[in-house]
Amino acid sequence: MKFVDEFREPEVIAKASAEIQRLADPNRHYRLMEVCGGHTHAIYRFGLKDLLPPNVELVHGPGCPVCVLPMGRIDDALSIAAQGNVIFAAFGDMMRVPGANGSPLQHKARGMDIRIVYSPSDALRLAVQNPEKHVMFFAIGFETTAPSTALTLMRAKKDGIKNFLVFSNHVTIIPAIRAILDSPDMRIDAFIGPGHVSTVIGCRPYEWIAKNEGRPIVVSGFEPVDVLQAIVMLLRQLDKGDAKVENQYTRVVPWEGNRAALKAIGEVFELRPYFEWRGMGFISQSALSIRPAYAEWDAEKRFQVPGVRVTDPKAAQCGEVLKGVLKPAQCKLFGKECTPEHPIGALMVSSEGSCAAYYNFEYRKAAALAGTPS
Amino acid sequence: MCLAIPAKIVELYPEDQALVEVAGVRRHVNIGLLQEEQPAAGDWVLVHVGFAMSKISEEQAQDQIRVLKMLGEQDAAEEEARNYGLNDS
Amino acid sequence: MTAALPKISFRDPQIEMAHGAGGKASRRLIDGLIAPLLCGPLTEPLGDAAHIDLNGTRIAITADSFVVQPLRFPGGSIGELAVNGTVNDLAVSGARAQALLVTYVLEAGLATSVLEAEIRAMADAAARAGVVIAGGDTKVVENGKADRMYITTAGIGAPIPGLALSAASVRPGDKILLSGPIGDHGITVLLARGELDFEAELCSDTRSVLPLVEALAEAAGPAIRWMRDPTRGGVATSLNELARDCKLSVALIEERIPVRDVVRGACELLGLDPLHIANEGQFLAVVAEDHAEAALQALRNTPGGDDAAIIGEIREQPAATVLGVAGYGGTRVIDMLVGDPLPRIC
Repeated sequence: MKFVDEFREPEVIAKASAEIQRLADPNRHYRLMEVCGGHTHAIYRFGLKDLLPPNVELVHGPGCPVCVLPMGRIDDALSIAAQGNVIFAAFGDMMRVPGANGSPLQHKARGMDIRIVYSPSDALRLAVQNPEKHVMFFAIGFETTAPSTALTLMRAKKDGIKNFLVFSNHVTIIPAIRAILDSPDMRIDAFIGPGHVSTVIGCRPYEWIAKNEGRPIVVSGFEPVDVLQAIVMLLRQLDKGDAKVENQYTRVVPWEGNRAALKAIGEVFELRPYFEWRGMGFISQSALSIRPAYAEWDAEKRFQVPGVRVTDPKAAQCGEVLKGVLKPAQCKLFGKECTPEHPIGALMVSSEGSCAAYYNFEYRKAAALAGTPS
Repeated sequence: MCLAIPAKIVELYPEDQALVEVAGVRRHVNIGLLQEEQPAAGDWVLVHVGFAMSKISEEQAQDQIRVLKMLGEQDAAEEEARNYGLNDS
Repeated sequence: MTAALPKISFRDPQIEMAHGAGGKASRRLIDGLIAPLLCGPLTEPLGDAAHIDLNGTRIAITADSFVVQPLRFPGGSIGELAVNGTVNDLAVSGARAQALLVTYVLEAGLATSVLEAEIRAMADAAARAGVVIAGGDTKVVENGKADRMYITTAGIGAPIPGLALSAASVRPGDKILLSGPIGDHGITVLLARGELDFEAELCSDTRSVLPLVEALAEAAGPAIRWMRDPTRGGVATSLNELARDCKLSVALIEERIPVRDVVRGACELLGLDPLHIANEGQFLAVVAEDHAEAALQALRNTPGGDDAAIIGEIREQPAATVLGVAGYGGTRVIDMLVGDPLPRIC
């Protein structure tokens, strides 16, 4: 596969990995945070930690839009779907996330009409094909996905498709990074920046991280070579005492971002004054709601939404793991009450949640090699 | 939020649509976010949830691989130069 | 005298799709409810078929049900799956299928032409596989049930001489062979459902693997430790079952696993792993190291075995775990999924 295979070539990986070994100062412990859940998944899936020296530590960040969704939002959406004649359409990622009374798949088993879609445009097509029903699209994602939802809403409005609704849970990445840096428990030396979010917002929005907070940030792609090269670039900066924004993913990320995408977001969405992030509390100006001009397509305006707030069990430490304060295995429920089969929190459900990634790709390896029962 | 795959535009269609292909798999995607870049058949684009997010630069990709392959050679060259006393270290 | 009470550990209040997907949830249902009540305490792990003693003669028996949407897809249909699936279960248990029984559960309103097409497909598949269809049953249920058609096949066969298969006989150093490319069937059916709007030139790999198993048996006979056909749940599930049953480590060399480009492309687009995708015409075999090359050649020299490969080996550690090893040194645990693989965007 072009633009994929070249970035998985063993020879190039070996060179990048050797450079990391060479650059890492043995008298220093580096804590690098990868913000985006896609990077967390890639790091585990490609076994990249095996290639790093022990003093280069990767800390998992909160950039997993499924993980940060408060449980109550799923219950709100399911309650809309339960009002009859509604098709609940969502990405596969959402299907096993537990609500208070079960996940969407469990509701489907009880008879609710729940469909997996690959694209918001597929959800719009469902609306066209089922004029006697409402189709509610459960929208999630950071700025990478918001433009696609926006264009779909613009199309729905243009074509007058009135039975299509969006339940918006889009969130923005900068407030999440700010929350990490503001957190007193955190000590992050540098950031691996979210490559695909950056195709939309560009690299400028990260400048304050370098200028005001003195931390290097390198916007990175998702193949093994990309992540390793980003780490090389971060180590070079850290060793020189630099703090700059750099773009590793130049083949895809424009420094200025995608103007058309930003315009589409601006046309359809506005910032909510605040939004609750699971485990991180309320963060102001961190999420997108649908503008009044598109109110007819806003599920929250068209339907009664209970506004359910579900608190996590006290023992669940989703918030600390999301912020990178705790490693997944340090949460008291990890691997016992909370496993991919019966997840307590979305971190264990989402394929890019750090608990799920660690459990699926790493956990038993570490346990078996240590001779401890898993 | 991050699963996006490089795909080649096979054919353009009206209303911002294009048929793209990845390793023989084909799907119609929306190229409405790329209008400023005037995508054409044969271009490679990054596809996320059925929308093209960005054009992929072959030149940048090749440059990147070239730079990485040279890692180690550069250090070896510097090491050699140091040994000859050509560089002040 | 009191018999030991069967231990029921299955606590889910309702049955869900995940329980039929072949992954962890399926295992919990079987191990926690079905097996304890039906089979009593098990002396050996459950396999694809049972070899039992009938008045001094060893026979192999198996049964399987087939539920697929859509009924027809590129490369095959439910009828062919029903024949090949049961022939294959017997084959990988080390037996040559001789006769099948077929039961149909049909939905009222099903077009006769659709049923006839499936029956013809089964007759053809049976002829190709060299089995006789000895009888069966038919039931009809109301419109709205049975997704048009469910088929169950039961098969009976004779053990292939020279084979002694058991997970307990697996040793570190043994090699893992795979008969051909993975993921074709599952991706074909996923695309054929039409919900995801992707197209690809791809067919199901449904076929009888008996000729390949027989070629393997002739080349390596007693050196074959274990076999399985990786259907729902994919290669990852079958090898996890092996790792768990033999308590050793299964190390897979990722680059050696044969996958067609188009399957890889579809999996990358949808965020799926080919190792979790169903196959209907492939099998895995663990072969002692000194016979592995000969075994591989035997497969490659048999029609349909051109893409066979040695994809890994058995090691001591990490125990009871399947480990994927990449050429550049990165490793990852390859686990069973909870339920069906779901497309993802994150």
